[in-house]
Amino acid sequence: MSVSDYERVPEIGSAVLRPGLTDRLERMWETRPGIRGWFATVDHKRIGIRYIVTAFAFLIAGGLESLIFRLQLAGPNLRLLTPEQYDQLFTMHGMTMIFLYAGPVLTGFSNYLWPLLLGARDMALPRINALSYWIYVCAGIFLYAAFAAGFGPNDGWFNYVPYAARAYNGGPNVDFYALGMILLGISTTVGAVNFVVTFLRLRAPGMSIDRVPILAWGTLTASAANIFAIPAVSLAFFLLWLDRNAGTHFFDATTGGEALLWQHLFWMFGHPWVYAIVLPAMGMVSDGLPVFCRRPLVGYSMVALATVATMVLGFGVWVHHMFATGLPSVSLSFFSAASIIIAVPSAVGVFAWIATIWYGRPVFTTAFLFFASFIVLFTVGGVSGYMTGSLPVDWQLTDTYFIVAHIHYVLIGINVFPVAGAAYFWFPKITGRMLDERLGRWNFWTMFVGFNVGFFPMHLSGLLGMPRRVYTYADGMGWNGLNLITTLGSYVFAVGVLLLIINIVSSYRRGRPAGDNPWDSPTLEWATTSPPPPYNFAVIPTVASRHPLWEGRLGEPDTQQRSSLKAGFLLDHGRETLGTTALEAEPDLILKMPADSYTPVILAMSLTILFTGLVLHIGWLAVAGALAAAADTIAWTWPERSLGQTAGAADA
Amino acid sequence: MPEHVATPGPMAVGAIGTRASGWWAMIFMIFTEAALFGYLLFSYFYLAAQPHMPDTFPQGGSPSLRLALPNTGILLLSSAAVAWAQFGIERDRPVQLALGLGFGAVLGMLFLGIQVFEWWGQPFTLSSSSYGSLYFTVTGFHMAHVLAGVIILWALCAWSLLGLFNRVRYAHIHIGALYWHFVDAVWLAVFFTFYVTPRLS
Amino acid sequence: MGGMPDAGPSVDTLISVFDAAAPLNFLSGHGDRADPVVALTFGVLLVSVAVVAIITLLLGAAIWRRPGIAAQPPGTRLSLEPAAGGQRWIGIGVGVSAFVLLLSVLWTMQVLATVASPAAPAALTIEITGHQWWWQVRYLSDDPARAFVTANEISIPAGRPVRFRLIGADVIHSFWVPALFGKTDLIPGQINTTWLEARRPGVYSGQCTEYCGVEHAHMGFSVIALPEQEFTAWWDRQLRSPAESDAAPASAGNIAFTTHCGSCHAVRGTPSAGILGPDLSHLMTRRTLAAGTLPNDSANLVRFIADPQAAKPGSMMPRPDISARELADIRAYLATLN
Repeated sequence: MSVSDYERVPEIGSAVLRPGLTDRLERMWETRPGIRGWFATVDHKRIGIRYIVTAFAFLIAGGLESLIFRLQLAGPNLRLLTPEQYDQLFTMHGMTMIFLYAGPVLTGFSNYLWPLLLGARDMALPRINALSYWIYVCAGIFLYAAFAAGFGPNDGWFNYVPYAARAYNGGPNVDFYALGMILLGISTTVGAVNFVVTFLRLRAPGMSIDRVPILAWGTLTASAANIFAIPAVSLAFFLLWLDRNAGTHFFDATTGGEALLWQHLFWMFGHPWVYAIVLPAMGMVSDGLPVFCRRPLVGYSMVALATVATMVLGFGVWVHHMFATGLPSVSLSFFSAASIIIAVPSAVGVFAWIATIWYGRPVFTTAFLFFASFIVLFTVGGVSGYMTGSLPVDWQLTDTYFIVAHIHYVLIGINVFPVAGAAYFWFPKITGRMLDERLGRWNFWTMFVGFNVGFFPMHLSGLLGMPRRVYTYADGMGWNGLNLITTLGSYVFAVGVLLLIINIVSSYRRGRPAGDNPWDSPTLEWATTSPPPPYNFAVIPTVASRHPLWEGRLGEPDTQQRSSLKAGFLLDHGRETLGTTALEAEPDLILKMPADSYTPVILAMSLTILFTGLVLHIGWLAVAGALAAAADTIAWTWPERSLGQTAGAADA
Repeated sequence: MPEHVATPGPMAVGAIGTRASGWWAMIFMIFTEAALFGYLLFSYFYLAAQPHMPDTFPQGGSPSLRLALPNTGILLLSSAAVAWAQFGIERDRPVQLALGLGFGAVLGMLFLGIQVFEWWGQPFTLSSSSYGSLYFTVTGFHMAHVLAGVIILWALCAWSLLGLFNRVRYAHIHIGALYWHFVDAVWLAVFFTFYVTPRLS
Repeated sequence: MGGMPDAGPSVDTLISVFDAAAPLNFLSGHGDRADPVVALTFGVLLVSVAVVAIITLLLGAAIWRRPGIAAQPPGTRLSLEPAAGGQRWIGIGVGVSAFVLLLSVLWTMQVLATVASPAAPAALTIEITGHQWWWQVRYLSDDPARAFVTANEISIPAGRPVRFRLIGADVIHSFWVPALFGKTDLIPGQINTTWLEARRPGVYSGQCTEYCGVEHAHMGFSVIALPEQEFTAWWDRQLRSPAESDAAPASAGNIAFTTHCGSCHAVRGTPSAGILGPDLSHLMTRRTLAAGTLPNDSANLVRFIADPQAAKPGSMMPRPDISARELADIRAYLATLN
């Protein structure tokens, strides 16, 4: 056994001086064509696009659900829907938006962009990446199958016991929700692990921790949080499923259980989750807005630290969802104070973005409009949250439409608007074409006006006492006009979203050609073609600053080291990328990357079969799913020579 | 370009020890599973802190150590066996590797068998009270992790016998051993919670 | 005692008009426990509006203080601005925000301390049990003979604190009288307590505010504050059995009621002693039916009894299997329950 079986001096070169390099890389990295490639791809770009498209499909589904029940609420005492229909619609709406749209759309963008932003050829765990997508789409279908069959979840997205217990909810609605969420949790967890490992191990040489784009900080933070938070909700749903199906007594007060145990477990996950679904979006703004201000972000370090601080503090405030439950006032007071103070790191972002515009030069693209307006919507959502942090005020506000206003300002304002901006910003990179700017103006203003007309009045109907989750309301409560305005505004907002989709669909074939760097933007993804080749970069770039493509134009001293984008590690002995150290990103080892594989999709389907057997109480189906999952996992993890996992040379 | 990039020396290739992506992935999977057990034990302590009729939490008084204590020793021994196996491959002794893994797996199966026997003898059931629900669910979760670990150890043993690993490339062993030691550590926390804390008050 | 000074009839009138137009609003407080919270609510609301206004102005100034650049053809190389300046403003902005947030915490804690307990001992304790989808109200007394049960309408003496024990019978509900204070949940397995005080006599609307099933929307209630003497008289009247004033105890309506309704509903002093549904002893004194679903008048009463599922679909009251004659008799009987 010679040492050279396990080591190699990596070649440095450039595509220009190596004819045939790009062809070889293309052959090694491209996904097989046809159905085979469709099911077996591990290309992060294809997986990212799938995530985004699927998330948008769920956005539309969740939106249609709300448009239906907004008709029911347009006036008092309407009977367009039965209470059961209404309850399923509002539950599906919340569940879809929060779990099937908001998290996955950001995962999709991050999945597509991270290797390009970080200067790598793929994510650290490409097959895990594929697995997380397949499980996500299977879980979404699992949950919607219940709805389509007439027993969709009906106890609200936070599904409180005892109403979720079998005694009060006898049908399979809650069982589908519980098992579907556990399945989805597997997807989110393994995806989160992938992001953390990629951040720590796959950055381009020279991309030290203080040169990483804020989107990477946002997704890293959210992923680290998910690793610790998701088990709480998966466990809560599993214990509920046991209570409902195996006679256990976790949540049943008559036999030593506790209804509040559900709330604690749920919100210990739920509060970190709501930060996880906005921090990556805030990162997209922190990376995109400066491009349209023609200068780097003001206060990069403070923004990165504030991102992490918000998430860490976010683990310490979950009880603010339980202020009315009669917990001891000492503990409630602590959580009230913490919930108000948590606004401090959020303020860092707001002032950083405004300062970047102030000390920059705005370029009025549609992306800029979305990113700039987000700052106001963020602030409105933030202050309504601040109000609810004050315990005695929350005792009035909680469970009213004021909270509905708050959650929509933070979710639509801090997730949907940045996602729309991100669409305009990165669509050219993904497809090679620009979205139409003129349609973009209509898109933006319709969304902005529709959203505010629809959701601002909810603050008022909340202050006038309108409770949440009511399928109808009486006349003479002072809510009629506000609800009508909300319904109208929500339809205008829906038209706005439709315009975004129309723009995407029509520009996909007919948009203006974008070129490599249409926005004259500084980060690594703009250093490769639009769309990027399957191998992302012909050579692994070396990075010397936060804005490699702006070096030399910001007035730095000539002695400052420069990034090297055209010359670098070739890593062309098969599918390879560079592993680097966690903090300084110094070259560490050559990582061998997996080729297309069916094992992820088979594992996802096996797990779905297992969960289907459980929810339908078909024992043999569940066992079959479990055995298939175990067999597939063994096949997946079988040590492979080409991945450098066994004795002997790995290189081709 | 920085010098070490412009003229690099020889670099390792592939999944090497703690620099393998899979090893890092296992570390974070352990974090998430540790969090899961954290929430399970939180549920135990939360329900324990509620008012209960005498002798209902734990139901039938503190659970007996007669089987659980020796069983803990068996699990600790299995971890030692797996560690011994890993020492083996680090010194290019594939026989020691295979033996250690097999022995660890057998001890793991013994642990499972004894625990099933212990379950069978408990005076309470899954549905008799919140305590019974907690006992079987928490130890059940742990048993599921042990079962997965036993399968992993047998797979590693088989791969070892096929001669797939050597002292440079044995990331799978390292990752599997890490998981097995984690399962052992979790048992200590579960054991402490169920078998020791009731005796402390 | 807290509370806003009497500003004269015009403000009172405005508040009354406002309260009448939006009976569940909590922007006007009507008692010792409510007032400090109303002040704090307006305080944080004002801070919020000011913050939004300031941020919007700063954003506008940032965008328009110099001429911007229009969107350019893709690939246009635009000049860059110097990468200096601005960090100081983050520090100032965050510093000011932190200061305001700290003051908010301090004010919050002060209000909490003020509203924790009433200044005077509670005049009485009322036990509220939340059911799907109605409110059982039990008046407690040291003298067992003076304890009684009613439903959905809670009378209290004006100007005195009243303690409430909150019990969840089935699922989680929440007890909320916005004009008098914030909400407290009724959770099966634990007993929460709260207290309310209504400064002036009047009718204060209440609503369940924790999603509790299909008819959560129709689980309202009222708190009726009465002057002290009227309250005592009301209590005495509640203790009297309607049977005492019924001239014909064996009327057809009475018998029909006992047969078809008595297994779920109770009327004090009669064989009807059901506890699954609201106590109907003094039904005619109530302003609404079915926990605020319908106004209590003859037509609605008949309509509701004939088909409860039409007015409150999903409620626990099944459609009674009675003839039109029996329906009329029952209605006539109920009309005597004063």
